[in-house]
Amino acid sequence: MTLLRSLTALALALTLSACASNEIPEDASAGAGAGVGSGTSGAASPFDPASVEYFRAEIGDTVYFATDSSLLTPDAQSTLSRQARWLTDNAGRTATVEGHADERGTREYNLALGARRASAVRNFLVAEGVEAERLRSVTYGKERPVALCSDESCWRQNRRAVTVMADGPTS
Amino acid sequence: MIHPGRLLAALLLACAVAAPAAGQPLRVEITEGIVEPVPVALPRFEVAGDDAEAEALAEEVRAVLAADLVGAGLVRVVDEAAYLARPGLADATPDLAPWRAIEAEALGGGDPEIGAGGRRAVRFQLWDVFGGEPLGDGLVVRAAPGDVRRIAHKIADAVHLALTGEPGWFDTLVAFVSETGPKGARTKRIAVMDHDGANLRYLTDGDDLALTPRFSPDASRLVYISWATGEPRVMIRDLATGQEEPLGRFPQMSFAPRFSPDGASVVMSLSEGGDTDLHRLRLADRSLIRLTDASAIETAPSYSPDGSEIVFESDAGGGQQLYVMPAEGGEARRISFGEGRYGTPVWSPRGDLIAFTKILQGRFHIGVMRPDGSRERLLTSSWLDEAPTWAPNGRALMFFRETPGPDGAPAIWRVDADGRNLRKVPTPAGASDPSWSARLP
Repeated sequence: MTLLRSLTALALALTLSACASNEIPEDASAGAGAGVGSGTSGAASPFDPASVEYFRAEIGDTVYFATDSSLLTPDAQSTLSRQARWLTDNAGRTATVEGHADERGTREYNLALGARRASAVRNFLVAEGVEAERLRSVTYGKERPVALCSDESCWRQNRRAVTVMADGPTS
Repeated sequence: MIHPGRLLAALLLACAVAAPAAGQPLRVEITEGIVEPVPVALPRFEVAGDDAEAEALAEEVRAVLAADLVGAGLVRVVDEAAYLARPGLADATPDLAPWRAIEAEALGGGDPEIGAGGRRAVRFQLWDVFGGEPLGDGLVVRAAPGDVRRIAHKIADAVHLALTGEPGWFDTLVAFVSETGPKGARTKRIAVMDHDGANLRYLTDGDDLALTPRFSPDASRLVYISWATGEPRVMIRDLATGQEEPLGRFPQMSFAPRFSPDGASVVMSLSEGGDTDLHRLRLADRSLIRLTDASAIETAPSYSPDGSEIVFESDAGGGQQLYVMPAEGGEARRISFGEGRYGTPVWSPRGDLIAFTKILQGRFHIGVMRPDGSRERLLTSSWLDEAPTWAPNGRALMFFRETPGPDGAPAIWRVDADGRNLRKVPTPAGASDPSWSARLP
């Protein structure tokens, strides 16, 4: 049941990724924990490859979504594939996927949307081989923005899902 | 209350005096909204002797009463400087000629009294100045010293009833989310206050995110959601005892709770695997019944006042839209068909309208439509207006309005159901997610 649903979600993500818009925030690399596009090589990293700091800085703990969407973009999928490999290599880790929305929706709808985003990420990681029992998902809707301005440059940073290690800091 | 013999004598006298001027009884029709406030004389209440406590009681009740009635747009108080007479006691018919001279249409008079143990009481009567008759029943309201404002609110409800034929919404509570701190690290606490912002008290400490408080129909309990367990879960709290507990034991995230009109059930959203569906939880045995089963977002449910139907929002059709279905589940019919997205539907206690939030071209509106979706009417517009809640008489709404930008903050506003009389409700800090209670017993 869970596997089937995960595979369905994966298939959906792969099918639709071609038409999903590219949602890399322009200044995402400046933000802590926004590791989209960063390399997987740990050679130059100051962090222990098994550490939460490494996961956040080098793997990338955050993926971004288009408005009112929970589709995983090609960039999001590439980040999540790295997350899955890291989680496979660090089998003692458990994580919570936090789903978030921007401020341009109503509160309860955004809770549901955040849950959908967190679930899309969790399903992808499970499909890539991470045991489902190691991954919880939670929604914060629009309640936990990381970027505070009220235009698209901030909203695109807030439409996100963050993979938070159980013993790491929360977003 | 009022001595019948004296009242009759007073009435006869009043009729005799006022007969030539008597026309239609004073009645404000509010079906299409209050357009013109009624000019009312509200002279200082007569205090027998030199009683400072009674003076203080009289002034506080008079001030709160005036603020209620003027704030609702129902009356304007004729300037005290124009008064040509003192009102006399509430249970004696005043000479209305001096009040006709200043064109006050109604006259209110109250007698304060400090009873045994400091118990406060105010006797109040409203008079139809041109009709020459008492308006509505006189009343006596008694309360503990700490509840003097409620005396005024109860009198205001009686005045509203006397002037419009419908009870007011003054002796009511508002539960809401108090928001403090910067936008990026905001503390959100469940709080309760009187309808006018007085007597604010916090119910949660702010350690955990908490949102969307909603009163039970009798205002004795609240449901809300809390992240105390790390995930959003519906909580239920008894307001008298302060006892609270998670509502139901299930693995899914739960949110968007709302009581059924009989108070016996709570309808809510459960979210699992990215799919959010409506469920009804019966409070007596905590049994759970699934109401929707689409692979879509179904949330923000609200019962019709007779309990037979539920209005909710769903994105099953692609975008966020409003639907109505039988309370036990079953086929849902879409009722919102305009441009834009529709959310947060709330059924009026009168049953005649459904209020909602509409998102259209980057603006947020509070609007109302009939339960069949016809006669949509937008009442407000701003960068972010959200989450309407009805006054118990269905004639006004509260909602919250948030301002944009890094320093943006929410505040609670009130508007008549016809869009008139938009006012900010005073709160000491940011405030969102209002829930307006029934009139208190």
